[in-house]
Amino acid sequence: MRTRPRAGLQIDGFTLGEQLHKGGFATIWEVTHPLHRTPMVMKVPTILDGYDGPTIVGFEVEQMIMPRLTGPHVPRVMGTGDFAVMPYIVTERIPGESLLARFRSGPLPLTEVMDLAARMALAVHELHRQHVIHLDLKPDNFLERPDGTLVIIDYGLSRHDQLPDLLAEEFTIPMGTFPYIAPEQYLRRRDDLRSDVFALGAMVYELVTGKMPFGQPETLRGVRKRLWRDPEPPRALRPEVSPALQEIILRALEVDPARRYQSAAQLLFDLQNPDQVKLTARAQKQARDGFGPVFRRWRRMRGLRQFASPPPTMSAQIDQAPIILVAVDLSPEMEELAERLRLSAARMLVLEPDARVACVNVIKTARIGIDQTVDEFGTNLHVARLVALRDWARGLDLDEGRLTFAILENPDPGTAILDYARTTQVDHILMGARGHSTTRRYLGSVSSRVVAEATCDVTVVRVKPADLAEEAEADVAPETAPA
Amino acid sequence: MRLAVLTDIHGNRDALAAVLADVAVRGVDRIAVLGDIVGYGPDPEWCVERIMALAEEGALVVRGNHDHAIAARDDAMNALARAAIDWTRPRMPAAQAAWLASLPLTLALDDILLVHASANDPGDWIYVTSEHKAMPSFRVSGARVILCGHVHVPALMSCDLSGRVRAQRIPMGRPVPLIRSRRWLAVVGSVGQPRDGVPQAGWALLDTGRNELTFRRVPYDTAAVAARLRAAGLPEELARRLEKGE
Repeated sequence: MRTRPRAGLQIDGFTLGEQLHKGGFATIWEVTHPLHRTPMVMKVPTILDGYDGPTIVGFEVEQMIMPRLTGPHVPRVMGTGDFAVMPYIVTERIPGESLLARFRSGPLPLTEVMDLAARMALAVHELHRQHVIHLDLKPDNFLERPDGTLVIIDYGLSRHDQLPDLLAEEFTIPMGTFPYIAPEQYLRRRDDLRSDVFALGAMVYELVTGKMPFGQPETLRGVRKRLWRDPEPPRALRPEVSPALQEIILRALEVDPARRYQSAAQLLFDLQNPDQVKLTARAQKQARDGFGPVFRRWRRMRGLRQFASPPPTMSAQIDQAPIILVAVDLSPEMEELAERLRLSAARMLVLEPDARVACVNVIKTARIGIDQTVDEFGTNLHVARLVALRDWARGLDLDEGRLTFAILENPDPGTAILDYARTTQVDHILMGARGHSTTRRYLGSVSSRVVAEATCDVTVVRVKPADLAEEAEADVAPETAPA
Repeated sequence: MRLAVLTDIHGNRDALAAVLADVAVRGVDRIAVLGDIVGYGPDPEWCVERIMALAEEGALVVRGNHDHAIAARDDAMNALARAAIDWTRPRMPAAQAAWLASLPLTLALDDILLVHASANDPGDWIYVTSEHKAMPSFRVSGARVILCGHVHVPALMSCDLSGRVRAQRIPMGRPVPLIRSRRWLAVVGSVGQPRDGVPQAGWALLDTGRNELTFRRVPYDTAAVAARLRAAGLPEELARRLEKGE
């Protein structure tokens, strides 16, 4: 490296301003460029004289990965600099602070925790979808945009599924930040996105309790303990924590990645639907395990070299744990279609044993005016639909933890389904299409709109008409009837 | 510049045609052929003619050991290769044989070096099969990117600032950024006789603007070529090799 950063330095059209931050491995500078109007920062690694392998490789990895990332959850890259002159990365400047301050002020009110945790999980899932496992998630590495979107920074330890892993060759000891590092990362695995799920779990634990689940070990020996020693259950530290939230946190913190949430999206889903989390013994746990169980775990874990391998690629790993939305029409004339939909869902679940199913039904509300939420006999429409939806799903023969139910209200069922799919990171929508009718030919059907506008896979199920004439009659009747 | 890199065509007309079709679809500015246009395969004349035409249009071509063995017997060759080259030699038109003999052993294009085998003593045809075997190439050449063939198994090596050479995983069909803090050596997979267990024709695309290298594979009708190979009376082993890619 021939050039060193200083205020006023000009390089590749960028002019360095004030130094904003000086960390152990890099300095951050304010920069300007005549062609870019957005506020920008430049990160320059602090490379020691002579050969400073780990810092260089970490920065090489960032230079490789960051320009490939897109979307609001990552900083936009404006330029990278050559090692021959001065290595740097210029990105947009995210105005807010990192989450560190909020973590330090913890524990936070629980509603705030749920919201923040969901935003963190969403940002991590977006990263995973772009083939990157971060592997060093911690409060300092989340920045917040003014609109609340979280931005993940610092990719010096990350791994891109489709690029050479330069770090694997460089380090002989596990890498990461000790309070948040996952057990398999301690065992030197760098290809499991569930390691990020573990770090998320550790951070949510910290937000809830104000404590780190495994303390702040300073040695690798201290890190290793988490392979057998369980953290204090959050409810023991803060009694108002709901069983569901404890279930979510302890599941994310499972030692064996196979017992954790299989993706950040699944964790997000539970954070968004805490009332539908399937509670297990984790939810009820009141104290850390006693000597017996811990000793047995120690005996089992002390010789462990590796957990079972994750799927070969990240896309495969995400695909293996999809969230499937089934939009069920419960109107009486659609019984046959609902039945077919259930058969298709059941078939899909055989192929995707880690899938979760969100059963959704839409109550079509009037665009103008006040809706009646109770029928003439005083039955709450919402509750009635929920009961019917649960009854429909009974035929699916799926354990409750993998099934959730939602009744949506919207004047436009298509919009309701699309919005729900977007916010809950649904991977696949399964829905029925009614038969053919003249009205739909001109006005368009719900399913065709969902197929056209959804950002995930969509499967449309139809009932094959036994007799076209008969079908047309049955189909048109309810729609033309006066509402 | 987008540079298509082809190597070890070995008289396999169908594989070459399939690769050139893929090259056309991807769009490139220039083509480099890293040698061994002939040997093993049943259609050496067609392949040489095609590459000569490309060279007229600006393609860069270096000489491989099989091309070399048309004019000068190579006693270091194994029996199978020698049998095939003895079958090939009398078929080659004089003009083609002379052209093959005239090819250079290395070519440099900006900071890229083109060579058939190890850049260290290119006429000695050393296989770059490991990090250790790649080291001498980085030592003798100052090029930032060294492209070679000869092995028939694709590989990618990086040499960092301290001179350490590391083999990198190849994400097939995906661009690998050739980060500038390192120098790189790519062993490009064979067009006409892959040996990595994948019977598809290999080639690589180097994009110097984006500074990315993509290893690609293209399917072609291996059975048809194997049949022609058998009909020509070439050793059965060569036909089986094409079908299995080993």
